[in-house]
Amino acid sequence: MQAELIRRRGIRRRSLLLLASSALALGGASPSLAYTAYVTNERDNTVSVVDLDKMQTVKTISVGQRPRGIVISPDGKFLYVCAGDDDIVQIIETKSQEVVGDLPSGPDPELLALSKTGDLLYLSNENDALVTIIDLKERKALAQIPVGVEPEGMGVSPDGKVVVNTSETTNMAHFIDTDKREVVANVLVDSRPRYAEWKSDGSEVWVSAEVGGTVSVIDPVKHDVTSKITFSVPGLRSEAIQPVGIRFTKDGKIAFVALGPANRVAVVNAQTHEVEKYLLVGQRVWQLAFTPDQKYLISTNGVSNDISVIDVANLKVIKSIQVGSFPWGVAISPE
Amino acid sequence: MTSSCRLMPRLRRLALILLLLLPFAGGLPGRAADPAEIRIGYLRLVESKQQPISLLDEPNDDDGIAGARLGVEDNNGTGRFTNQHFSIEDLRVKPTDDAAAATKSLIDKGIMLIIVDLPPTVLLAAADAARASGATIFDAGSIDDSLREENCRANVIHTAPTRSMLADALAQYLSWKRWQRWLLVTGSHPQDALYADALKRAAKRFGATIVEERVFKDTGGARRTDSGIVQTQRQMPVFTQNAPAYDVLVAADESNVFAGYLPYRTWDARPVAGSAGLVPTSWDPAHDSWGAVQMQNRFIKLAQRRMKAIDMQAWTAVRMIGEGATRTQSADPAKIITYIKSPSFEVAAFKGQKLTLRDWNLQLRQPILLSDGRTVVSVSPQEGYLHQTSELDTLGYDRPETKCKLN
Repeated sequence: MQAELIRRRGIRRRSLLLLASSALALGGASPSLAYTAYVTNERDNTVSVVDLDKMQTVKTISVGQRPRGIVISPDGKFLYVCAGDDDIVQIIETKSQEVVGDLPSGPDPELLALSKTGDLLYLSNENDALVTIIDLKERKALAQIPVGVEPEGMGVSPDGKVVVNTSETTNMAHFIDTDKREVVANVLVDSRPRYAEWKSDGSEVWVSAEVGGTVSVIDPVKHDVTSKITFSVPGLRSEAIQPVGIRFTKDGKIAFVALGPANRVAVVNAQTHEVEKYLLVGQRVWQLAFTPDQKYLISTNGVSNDISVIDVANLKVIKSIQVGSFPWGVAISPE
Repeated sequence: MTSSCRLMPRLRRLALILLLLLPFAGGLPGRAADPAEIRIGYLRLVESKQQPISLLDEPNDDDGIAGARLGVEDNNGTGRFTNQHFSIEDLRVKPTDDAAAATKSLIDKGIMLIIVDLPPTVLLAAADAARASGATIFDAGSIDDSLREENCRANVIHTAPTRSMLADALAQYLSWKRWQRWLLVTGSHPQDALYADALKRAAKRFGATIVEERVFKDTGGARRTDSGIVQTQRQMPVFTQNAPAYDVLVAADESNVFAGYLPYRTWDARPVAGSAGLVPTSWDPAHDSWGAVQMQNRFIKLAQRRMKAIDMQAWTAVRMIGEGATRTQSADPAKIITYIKSPSFEVAAFKGQKLTLRDWNLQLRQPILLSDGRTVVSVSPQEGYLHQTSELDTLGYDRPETKCKLN
């Protein structure tokens, strides 16, 4: 009965969407919605392929054990998925939607980031306190850089010169010079830093602290925390607010922060650092990704086994789409 | 799994070289040639413990200290970047030794932060010896409520949970299951009575009824004989016979005399909880949520065995000291302790939320795992038990009830 209800609600939402899109068509704008979202499902060892035009899961790809971090190549041809419990990064060809190979990731890869040119992969090895750099063409590890205990988040600067890695037990953001391939600065943040994201103009790096419940705004030149963003949701205990994924709009005006078991995505004014709104999404919201036109933001909701689609212009959650078990990471096909 | 995923020797060497180069890589200021040293003492009582009911529960020689050693390793991972270095000094005392003198011997070496795994009376002797010198004790081993209540000390910080926290954590879950009629079976040792008291208090707080209380008398003797099963199989059903209708048997047996023999042997087909069956604990070797797998892996690598509650409690104490040293950028024990006692203090310990300190008795707030010995069945506090300060304060004695006066 519950399933039926959800389905009906889904139909109603879909028809609303249809209405909205036809209104847009009448207005002369052509909605370019041919995007595909790829969602790693941590529990059932799969990647869900979600058609963002149809707003539904269209295929499920079997991958290695405990898939979490996922990125897509700039040309959209390959996905790179961390299969942590198999100690590999798998390569999925988007055209055939099949695993076509793997990369020597080092043990227990969790999160990864692509260089701006798309030829290098930076990934964190949680068990060994290392960041591994992989040459994608040669499929070979180029270097391993010692960082703090339990490295996780990985953010590449817009000019590609710096990678910020966060270490969960050391509680630091490590600034790695990508040419020298060494740590050049360490910035202390709050407990269990999970994710690092640069503003597109390179002026700030934001680092989320899952257990600390804050986002630290770091000046990447001075290597200082310039301000700290806190969150509070009425009726929700503060311990439940656990910031993880972060995304900025291209114009640098709005930041979205996934708040984990608070089941909300915070909308933050990226200039004043004020929290403006909390969007209720699914349970244990983890990572975020924009569609390339930034019309939609997708959140992965681990406990409710779905993703939420957020209308960025209107700051509204417009749809939940069922995926696999414990969705964790998300990557979206480029234009 | 595949050979390609293993670290190549050359890369390992490269990593090592980079590691050696790190001190020259800039970063946080104040990078002197020699790192600031933070020395931690570990004082524990060595006694011949009675054989456990299960071979799986055999004590290890490095119980607790192994967790502290991992904490030191983790702190030193951070210390590489902050130019701090942590070390631990392990000191064992026998029941006949003078714990106060042992504490002073550590303080004489300049060690002002001392983790202890000691029974309550011995702990108090150590704490009072430490107090005169301004040293701080971290109680990683005792769950005694009195140490946080009428016998609390301003220089003792507790990372071990209390009996009342453990009992409340269990009661919340049993209440959620609607297993509200308890048959309470208590051992004949003084600490069993204390645990039974905590369970009775918990039953009252969370709406359970104790339909009957029975005492299992410890008559001594060897734990293990080759034909032991035969007797136990006959003894336990008879012992639990003729009980009023109940939902769950709750056992208070801290000395491990009988509780381990209860599951599957009760007269009525009922689950067992407390000291056997579903057990409340601060850590379980099977705990795998909230990044705990990394912790378990690191521990196994270091100690060649799985991580127990006492290891976790010791690790947490070392990590608290590490947090104090990192956040204050200081190796001064006084500054570290001031930070730990301040409202800004928090520590992450793979429990899904930050752990903080109760300022009225210096007890670390923490979620409690409920383990069946194979998996973690649940984690308390359970959903719906609300509190104006922290839901973690629904576990154990709360501020308004405390008998502690810190001075």
